[in-house]
Amino acid sequence: MREIDVSEVTKAVRDLCISANIYLGDDLKQSLKSARESEESPLGREILDVIIDNYRIAEEKQMPTCQDTGVAVVFLEIGQDVHLVGGDLDEAVNEGVRQGYKEGYLRKSMVSDPVFDRKNTGDNTPAVVHTRIVPGENIRVLVAPKGGGSENMSEIRMLTAAHGIEGIKNFVIERVREAGANPCPPIVVGVGIGGCFEKAALLAKESLMRPLGQPSEDPRFAAVEKELVEKCNDLGIGPAGFGGRTTVLAVHIKTFPCHIASMPVAVNIQCHACRHGEKKI
Amino acid sequence: MKTVEMRTPLRTDLLKELEAGDKLLLSGEVYTARDAAHKRLVALIQEGKELPFELEGSVIYYVGPAPARPGQVMNSAGPTTSYRMDPYTPILMENGMKACIGKGPRSQEVRDAMVEHGAVYLAAIGGAAAGIASAVKAAEIVAYEDLGPEAIRRLTVERMPLFVVNDTAGNDAYESGVARWGRS
Repeated sequence: MREIDVSEVTKAVRDLCISANIYLGDDLKQSLKSARESEESPLGREILDVIIDNYRIAEEKQMPTCQDTGVAVVFLEIGQDVHLVGGDLDEAVNEGVRQGYKEGYLRKSMVSDPVFDRKNTGDNTPAVVHTRIVPGENIRVLVAPKGGGSENMSEIRMLTAAHGIEGIKNFVIERVREAGANPCPPIVVGVGIGGCFEKAALLAKESLMRPLGQPSEDPRFAAVEKELVEKCNDLGIGPAGFGGRTTVLAVHIKTFPCHIASMPVAVNIQCHACRHGEKKI
Repeated sequence: MKTVEMRTPLRTDLLKELEAGDKLLLSGEVYTARDAAHKRLVALIQEGKELPFELEGSVIYYVGPAPARPGQVMNSAGPTTSYRMDPYTPILMENGMKACIGKGPRSQEVRDAMVEHGAVYLAAIGGAAAGIASAVKAAEIVAYEDLGPEAIRRLTVERMPLFVVNDTAGNDAYESGVARWGRS
């Protein structure tokens, strides 16, 4: 049994909120550079240059890459041999978000009530927290700020076995087409298949945390990912939606077994600022 | 595609030079407003009350900037998705607004309003927010401070890089881009 004070979680969440919003991952930077090399549209190339310049400026000036610093989505993997002390875990996470968004000069985008009041909570809390208990005596803290523009373009459908893989592919392509210029292309497409209604959505979100372009471990789904990248790029939406060959940087599929009656499919659309950072305690 | 420089306030006769796909370097004053501020502005128009800024010739930028650090004029300030402002845009154009800045396509009603009132829709590059901030030379809140990031700010911009999505003739750069580069 290892005792961990929840203030360590607060500190990790605080630091990750700030760093994930300022620094993009090397995988993403590399992917954007490759897209710049292969883009055929002159305007598309110009826009990719602007996007690449932007992450350099953000690092240099310590500014968030995007003003929409998102909902703070926090994944916690807590070792079952950890004993948390020093306070309430949920509150510790929210305190980390509070500190990170204040001290990092990040935008506060959460409203208290989704329908009636819609009053800004002023500190970007509450976070959306997903907790899993795993073997071991460590805590893995992963923070993924998620912007509203691309999240709004996401969708879940309760497909069935008769739709098959073709039904899934058509859904993904249709979603990317309809999203068009809205979610700040080039985008990353997270696809969750299986489980049940809420599990499919979570799988889609989790798939966005995978290193960009790393294929599915299942070769059948890896082939589908590759095909979907090509077909989505054939839509011609292009960087910022002005036309071009780069509409998606990657499609990631994550699956889970499901009920004999079901085949839920969730498509989580992610803008080119595919932000996430993690820390082990 | 050409590059044009303009200064606010904007006039329809000058905007007619712009074609969908052109690059525009905009200088002068732009006002920030998102969903909540639009709701209030349109309510004021419907009640016949005075607006917090002059709408004639104005430009509205759909943005909620990140808070500025001490000594910083503007923190990251890229565009938000525009379709959410579609229900409010035609009435603003009817009352003199000449351009709005955002990202993503507009409704047919908004496109018709642009043709009717000689206005344009401009895109800033979504997610290029840290770079865009450098075009902002001054910023001050003019209304609705209670809305936090959604307050209306007057931004003084210098050669802010924008792209024309919809021109006064009804063309759309997103549609022509997909038609040119799509293969399906």
